[in-house]
Formats: sequence, structure tokens, C-alpha cells
Amino acid sequence: MDQRPGTNRRNLFRACLAAALTGRAAVPSKSKVVISRDPALRSGASVDSSRLLNVLDRAMQAVYDVDSPAEAWKRIARPSEVVGLKVNCLSGRGNSTSTVLVEAVCERLQQAGIPRTNIVIWDRLNSDLESAGFQVSSRKDRIRFIGNDAAGYETALAIYGSVGSLLSNTLTRTCDAVVNLPVLKDHGIVGVTMALKNLFGAIHNPNKYHLTAGDPYVADVNMLPPIRQKVRLAICDAIAPQYEGGPSYMPQWSWPFNGVIASRDPVALDYTGWRIIEQKRAEKGIEPLRAVKREPAYIARAADAQHKLGTNDPNLIEKVEI
Amino acid sequence: MDRRAFLKTATLPCLAVCAAESARSKPPANDAQFTIEARFYEKLPYKKIKCKLCPRECVIDDHERGYCGVRENRGGTYYSLVYARVCSAHVDPIEKKPFFHFAPGTMAFSIATAGCNVNCKMCQNWEISQSRPEQVESTYLPPKNVPTLAQRYNCPSIAYTYSEPTVFAEYVMDTAEAGRAAGVKSAVVSGGYIQEEPLKQLCRRVDAIKIDLKAFSEKFYKEVVNGELKPILDTLVAIRKQGTWNEIVYLVIPTLNDSDPEFKALARWVKTELGPDVPLHFSQFHPEYLLKNLPPTPVPTLERAKAICDAEGLHYVYIGNIPGHPAESTYCPKCRRVVVERAGFAVRAINLNRGKCKFCQQAIPGVWDGILHL
Repeated sequence: MDQRPGTNRRNLFRACLAAALTGRAAVPSKSKVVISRDPALRSGASVDSSRLLNVLDRAMQAVYDVDSPAEAWKRIARPSEVVGLKVNCLSGRGNSTSTVLVEAVCERLQQAGIPRTNIVIWDRLNSDLESAGFQVSSRKDRIRFIGNDAAGYETALAIYGSVGSLLSNTLTRTCDAVVNLPVLKDHGIVGVTMALKNLFGAIHNPNKYHLTAGDPYVADVNMLPPIRQKVRLAICDAIAPQYEGGPSYMPQWSWPFNGVIASRDPVALDYTGWRIIEQKRAEKGIEPLRAVKREPAYIARAADAQHKLGTNDPNLIEKVEI
Repeated sequence: MDRRAFLKTATLPCLAVCAAESARSKPPANDAQFTIEARFYEKLPYKKIKCKLCPRECVIDDHERGYCGVRENRGGTYYSLVYARVCSAHVDPIEKKPFFHFAPGTMAFSIATAGCNVNCKMCQNWEISQSRPEQVESTYLPPKNVPTLAQRYNCPSIAYTYSEPTVFAEYVMDTAEAGRAAGVKSAVVSGGYIQEEPLKQLCRRVDAIKIDLKAFSEKFYKEVVNGELKPILDTLVAIRKQGTWNEIVYLVIPTLNDSDPEFKALARWVKTELGPDVPLHFSQFHPEYLLKNLPPTPVPTLERAKAICDAEGLHYVYIGNIPGHPAESTYCPKCRRVVVERAGFAVRAINLNRGKCKFCQQAIPGVWDGILHL
């Protein structure tokens, strides 16, 4: 079920066929990053749920190159599998993963045959979930919302490279598959936070890994086997991103992007999101992240030969804007 | 018996506090009782703060925590989350810390909270030091209660140990003050990664500080500790200036910090900057945490380190974690006779009289019979 970012059977078949027809060696397929937007997504501070559902559907169909949302969601997990939605709730309602987006994902997962009892929304703390507008519940007869502080952590260290951490029980024991639902925003230490950085919420000691703008720590955390094996898709909440002052909510630096960014390649997604942030900073006359010593070098690290978590090569990223 | 094994067996079952190895549990019901405003920080624009407790000087956004994981910015005000939040409490011999020139043969009421401001790959208590406070079981133990408990268990001192007391500095200071009022001394076991002002305030309140000097190279500190050497050396000098009793432990790790030049440079620095009378303990490493690929330190390596430091003129160089080794005992630097005889953590004989060698009257620096002799 799980496939390396940038490769799937359809693309592999296409590449091989092209190679056979042209007599040339097959080139690596591109990682698709879909930016789906709707200018009328928001009315004031509230998000139009039906429009967001449409934005999400278009993104999913484009990512999986299928004709219906249900078909796309069926690629995520089988009905017997438990799907975790890793949200980002550190900053309260201002710029946490939108509850409307989570509702939309839950709706589509259920329509794809995943029972509600097999859907778990999780983040680091119950209090973080609540501050973002979710109602904590561990009842197993409904969709669960649970923080790692309540679910606990493994007692054995997971180790990769520079990282040694205890992983969330929700990730290791409860979930078979994870859909990563980060937020597009600036980060005061590591530059930007999106798909890769959001998995810091799966470890017990994220405070240890913000040194040197998160490099190589962010990439190393994403190499921990349960993370690498279970995270199948990232859908980045880009409804109201923030280009400065993050990760705390600073409304003066957020803007209405009114969309989501989806990809099965977290590195390509982060690279694309980072460029969006930089573009907005430039528009606003704010220095680029490199100039303020916050360039997110961890994105390149995640793409290197040791990690191979995806690609940060713009020539290998197929950016689809719809 | 290694320190970990001792830690496990020497616990006090009667205390309603957990061991360092205790299971993780749900957070305590009342988080507020452990939360006080931090004393060492600076407010910045946009509700950010800069922590001024350790040299790392974390700049922390609202809702975020510093590197230590136990201090949090809440709306532009910085809080310690570990005040009186004790996750480990034991009655240990003071020799286990180790302090060899501070109340030998006595027990220390030893406490810790979660958290640490470095991340040593060889940490033996990583379950608490590398966790956040809500991730370990803790008990509320306000400062005024600690001396009472210490006295109940016949401990003339309180030791702040196991994790990193710097990160619970406010609690250490208040507890040490309560202890001093009750006639109970305070001894800190620290990595020494602390800024000058909090260190000064600490020195005014406690009676002894043991510094874990992890190595004598910046490279080691960067790669193995996630810290820096220079601030630790500054701390040692500052403690000396403050007149607080100080001992140094150096955990010798095969291939990483066990070269002759490093030992020699260390000895020379100690003699020059601190004087020859500062006790220096070379301890045996055991594979732990993220350094399980290396063997325990061979005893000859420890003996080599001691020989180098002896030759450089240091007076009190010890070998630790090797129970029964002759270099566990204290020898008079003048007549070479044993003035404090030890076997493991046990003290078999004290041949001191008012801080002087019983045999030749040579002054032996330390805190003997409750009095500091320098």
C-alpha cells in the first residue's frame, strides 16, 4: 500500500513504456504537489465547509490521478485499518489545522469505507487539541481525539542518526496509516513548519531538536520507521498561512491563501510551501529566511542520499495548481 | 554494583515519589501547583521571551518551551513547570554523588525533577532528564517539606541530582533556603551549563556543587553533549570565586575523551585556574542511552588518567565506579596516609581532626563536621 514518494505503479509503468518506445533509460518520475485553492473559501474568519470539501476533493483527485474523491481516499487505507490524522494544534484556533478541514477529511474517509471507529485525530497534548477547537474523546465507538499526553509513549527508544526519542503510542500502537495535516507557516527557529516538522508531534522530546534550525533533526525524525512506514499522505492547511512570526499565531502576518497543498512526497510539499512563504516575505519586504539564519536546510537534508524521503529538486517536482 | 543498580535498590519505598526509572504516567491532576514564573528571563516583542538561565539563551515563542522542555512561554510570561514537581527521591550516600570532601559517611536526601539543558548521549538517567515534566510521574514536594523529610531520614544534606538542577533552579534555591533555616545543607550535582547570575544566586544558597565535566574539548561537547565547554569552565572558576565547595567528575569514555593530552590539559587547567586541591573524580563509563556501542572504561584507562593528573600536581584525584579500588580513598598529600578510607559508597574510617590529617596535621580541604575548610 505504502509507496515511496514520487513513484507509483502508474508512473513507473508510464516511465518504462516511454523508455521502451524511445529507447532511452527511464528517468525518475516527478513528485506531484497539488495546490488547490478557492478565492471564496472564507467568509470573514469562517471557512465555507462545502467549498473546502470541494477544494479537498480536487486536490485528492489530482494527487492520485483518479476521477472521484472516494477512489482517491481508498488509496489511503483499507476499511480494516486505523487511520490517524496528525494535526498541528500548538497555536490555538488562529493557525492550527482547521477543524473544518479535519471534518472534511473524516467525511471522505468514511465515504471511502473507513469506519468512524477507525479514525483517530491526534497531536501532542489534549489541551492543544482543545485549544484548536477539537473536543477530546477517547471513546472507541466514535472518532477519537487524543493527545499523546493521554495516550502515552513507548518505553523503548527509537533511534536514527542524531535522534533518540520515544514515539507516541497513538502512532505506534493505534494507527495503521497516518494522514499528516500540518499548517503552512513560518517558524521562528527552523524557518518553516509543514509536513516534515509536524512529525515532531510524534516524539516525546521535540524541544531537543530545534538546534541549528532543525537540521538534521527534522529529517532524522522522519526516518524513524513507524513514521516513515505509516505516513501516507500530507495535506497542508494553507487556508490562512503565516509568513512571519510563527509558529505562534500572529494575524498581522497571515494572509488568505484559501487552499490546501497535498502531496505524497513530504519533502516536495515542504519545498513548495517554503517557496510560497519566501515569495510572500519578498512581497512584504521581509528578508528571506537565509538572511535571518532560519533557512530550512532540513528540507534538503531530507532529500539527500542518506534520507531519500522525497525530492527538493524543482525539476523533479510537478506542481499542479487548481 | 553500578550506579543504576544502586539507584534501583536504594530507593525508599515509603516515599510517595517515583524512581528515576519509573513508568511514565498521566499528567498530575493539578498542573498549576508546579508552575511559577521563571526568575531568569527577558521579555521580547510579540510575546517572545529570551531565557537567561543557561548559556543556550533560548528565544521562545508563545506556547513553546525551551530546550530543557520544562519552561514554557505562556502569553509572553515565562514559567517553570517543575517547581516542587519531584519525580525522583532517594536516600543515597553522599559518596554516590560523588562528594568525597563533603560530609563523608553521611546520607543525602536526593531529589530531581524532569528535564535537562543538554542531551548527553551517555546519560544514565535519560528517562527523566530527557522527558518533559508531564511525561513522568511526579509528586508535589514544596521546599519547606524537603528539610523535614531529610531530617526524618537522618540526612544532614539535600542533594539536587539525577537530572539537571539548573533547569529547576528556582526550586533548588527556595529549598536550599528552607534547608539552611532548618540546619540541613544543600549539595548540587550539575553539568554546570548555567549563566553567571543564576549561578551566583545558587552559590549564595547552597553548600557544595559538583560539576560533571564531560570532557576537555569543545568537539566532545558539541558532538556528544549538545553543549559547550567554555561556559562550564567559566562556571568552575565562578564557583571557586564564590567560595562554594566544589568537586569535579570526569566520566571517561573509551575513544571519545580518554587521550593523554586531554587528561594533561585538564590537569593543567584545573591546577592553574582552580588550584591543586579541587577533588577530581575519574569515573567509569557504562554503555547507556545513545552510546551503547562502546565498552565500559577499562580500569587501566582510569588509572592512567589519575597518574597523569597526579604527576601534574593535583592533590585529590579519585577513581570512581570501581568499588574497592584504592583510589576511592582520600590520602593526605603530605604524609600519604589514608585520611578517609572508602569501599564503594561506604566510609570505613575518617582520620581527620578538625579538617586536618590526624597523622601529620596537614589541612585537608572540604566540608568536615559541617564546617568548610579551605
